[in-house]
Amino acid sequence: MKKSLIPCAAAALAACLALPSFAEQQLTIVNFGGANANAQKKAYYEPFEKTGVKVVPVEYNGEQAKIKAMVETKKVTWDVVEVESPDAVRGCDEGLFEKLDYSKLADKADLLPAAVTECGVGVFVWSTVMAYNGDKLKSAPSSWADFFDTKKIPGKRGMRKGARYNLEFALLADGVKPGDVYKVLATKEGADRAFKKLTELKPNIQWWEAGAQAPQFLVAGDVVLSTVYNGRIDAANREGRNLKIYWPGGIYDLDYWVIPKGAPNKELSQKFIAFGLQAANQAVYAQNIAYGPTNSKALAKLDKKVLDDLPTSAANAKEALQFNVSFWADQGEALEKRFAAWATQ
Amino acid sequence: MAEPIRAAGAPGEEPGALRKALSRAEARRQWRAFGLTLPLLVFLLLTLLVPIVALLQRAVENPEVANALPQTIRALDGWNGREAPTAAAYGALVKDLAHLPDSADAGQLARRLNTEVAGARSLVMGAYRALPFEGSDADIQARLLQADPRWGEAPFWQAIAKNGSRWTPDYLLASLDLKRDTQGAIERMPEEQRAFGTILLRTFHISLVVTICCLLLGYPLAWWLASLPERSANVLMILVLVPFWTSILVRVAAWIVLLQSEGLVNSGLMGLGLIHEPLPLLFNRTGVVIAMVHILLPFMILPLYSVMKNVPPTYLRAAVSLGSAPLAAFFRVYVPQTYPGIGAGALLVFILSIGYYVTPALLGGADDQMLSYYIARYTNVEVNWGMACALGAILLGATLILYGVYRRIGKAELSLG
Repeated sequence: MKKSLIPCAAAALAACLALPSFAEQQLTIVNFGGANANAQKKAYYEPFEKTGVKVVPVEYNGEQAKIKAMVETKKVTWDVVEVESPDAVRGCDEGLFEKLDYSKLADKADLLPAAVTECGVGVFVWSTVMAYNGDKLKSAPSSWADFFDTKKIPGKRGMRKGARYNLEFALLADGVKPGDVYKVLATKEGADRAFKKLTELKPNIQWWEAGAQAPQFLVAGDVVLSTVYNGRIDAANREGRNLKIYWPGGIYDLDYWVIPKGAPNKELSQKFIAFGLQAANQAVYAQNIAYGPTNSKALAKLDKKVLDDLPTSAANAKEALQFNVSFWADQGEALEKRFAAWATQ
Repeated sequence: MAEPIRAAGAPGEEPGALRKALSRAEARRQWRAFGLTLPLLVFLLLTLLVPIVALLQRAVENPEVANALPQTIRALDGWNGREAPTAAAYGALVKDLAHLPDSADAGQLARRLNTEVAGARSLVMGAYRALPFEGSDADIQARLLQADPRWGEAPFWQAIAKNGSRWTPDYLLASLDLKRDTQGAIERMPEEQRAFGTILLRTFHISLVVTICCLLLGYPLAWWLASLPERSANVLMILVLVPFWTSILVRVAAWIVLLQSEGLVNSGLMGLGLIHEPLPLLFNRTGVVIAMVHILLPFMILPLYSVMKNVPPTYLRAAVSLGSAPLAAFFRVYVPQTYPGIGAGALLVFILSIGYYVTPALLGGADDQMLSYYIARYTNVEVNWGMACALGAILLGATLILYGVYRRIGKAELSLG
């Protein structure tokens, strides 16, 4: 036993030492998992691997602390990371990400204005919307006020555990125009108003933590209406469900690709991002999950059926609300704490 | 070792030599024993004490403002703290910002101030991006105010003045729903920001309920297992241990399937006609407690079983044969002999429940989250590690106090040892 262990350990050690020489053509790309990761795999990772680079997908849950820890200890193992918009802003401010050189990525004119930022480039547009089960709910909701009206549509409501999005929806339901939501929410009275509206619904809210829970609630009949990420509805419908989206008042936002500061393969990472921003690849992505491309040229490559489900299509975006990144980067921590206090009451 | 004893035993030696040799031998023995435990001590030091000390240090550390804005802090010395400060403070601020070695330092400063006053992030980053500023202090003041009128508001300057020192009690105070006012006096948070006191109580409440449920369910089972012959007890013990080896996430997902409104439990009860509406078993306190009890039950059963195995059944029989009623005999003769097991099991379950995070996050509502959820949130999402460490320190302190109370009430016989 002892004798056979030594050569084994030596072999393992040799394998470890040898690894860095293979790593030159290997790229670690971090995503949020689920249906979205599968779509990225089909549209970006697999075609990119044909150029001779091995893509290693890694899932995380948006914990910026992980990137911070890597950058601070100078042991960065992630090459390209998908982050949500407030984290893209905060991380850039705090020097966690490399500044991007757009001349190596894409023509800025092709990209949506919101997709172009100093450290992160937008990959897709997603939306938090109201959804219901078409098989179970006979009368479709016609406004956000209906979401908060349990007399008109009796039953539980699914909402994301936290303040983000819910405060906006509460103000919409309380009669605030989409264009004024963030102006109102920025004032003390506006925040009070949003929490007051949420309090009305509180006994009927079933909170979800992970994005996959919301469509599951709807399918299981635990809730009649739910806020949900639109791509999750699309994924459920591809599995034969009949979930429907109410688009007006949806809050759309972008997810960004960033390169952590000191990432091992910066050149290659830029090549990958440039590849992912090409219109043809973005079109394949949108065909696999109903998230909108950030390269506006990709829209021309999509047929009407796909376009109808995207948050970026004209009809769906008409009364939508753009997520206000700087508002939440400023007020997020205070409002989330207030939400925790509100939940205890 | 043999040598000094022989030397000491030789005739004609002076009388103190034997004692000296013996004590030398004893000292050597103790050093050897210490040497053997040294790896464990070093391990504990590195994996337990150092992180705890680092955590406590981070809970009071406050270097961001002191490092980034030394001149501003000096300029604010003696400021009354109520209205906007003098032009000199604006000038000092711009000089400090211009001296920052890297934009990342501005980002750290913005983050720190933003945890004090919501909105400070965009204010600081806006000023940093607008650099350089030229001209006199008054010009700078005018330009800053023009760029963002919020620079004229006192709270931002108060946050800078307040965080001039490298150490702060603010994180710990905030964990107790307290804060310092502009004069440095401690007061309660405004009502809509008071959360952690309730959450800490909730954490202990849920843990206590889970511990009691585990004891009520685990005790009879452990008793039955202990009374069975070895072979069948071992087989049944595997049934106790199999869920123990399954991933927590799998078990949580399984509970979701079982407890949801069209799940097995509800449809079963409705099929039997016991209920007409599905019971709300999930995404509330009930679901959290059910799943936590299931996950923690082995930690109660194992210590109980090991203690009960060593309780001779003859005592109970003797009590009954001496005329005690069986139930009275059980509670007065048998149960007291299992106190060490009850104590160990309850302590294990309680301490483990206090740190629970995944189960309440997935099975609980917004008001079923325990303190660890917020620690994770401040660590991962807000990346406010000072706050996360302070909450961790409060949880640690409260747990140690509870343990002290427990030791005092339960005396030595209820302890783990």
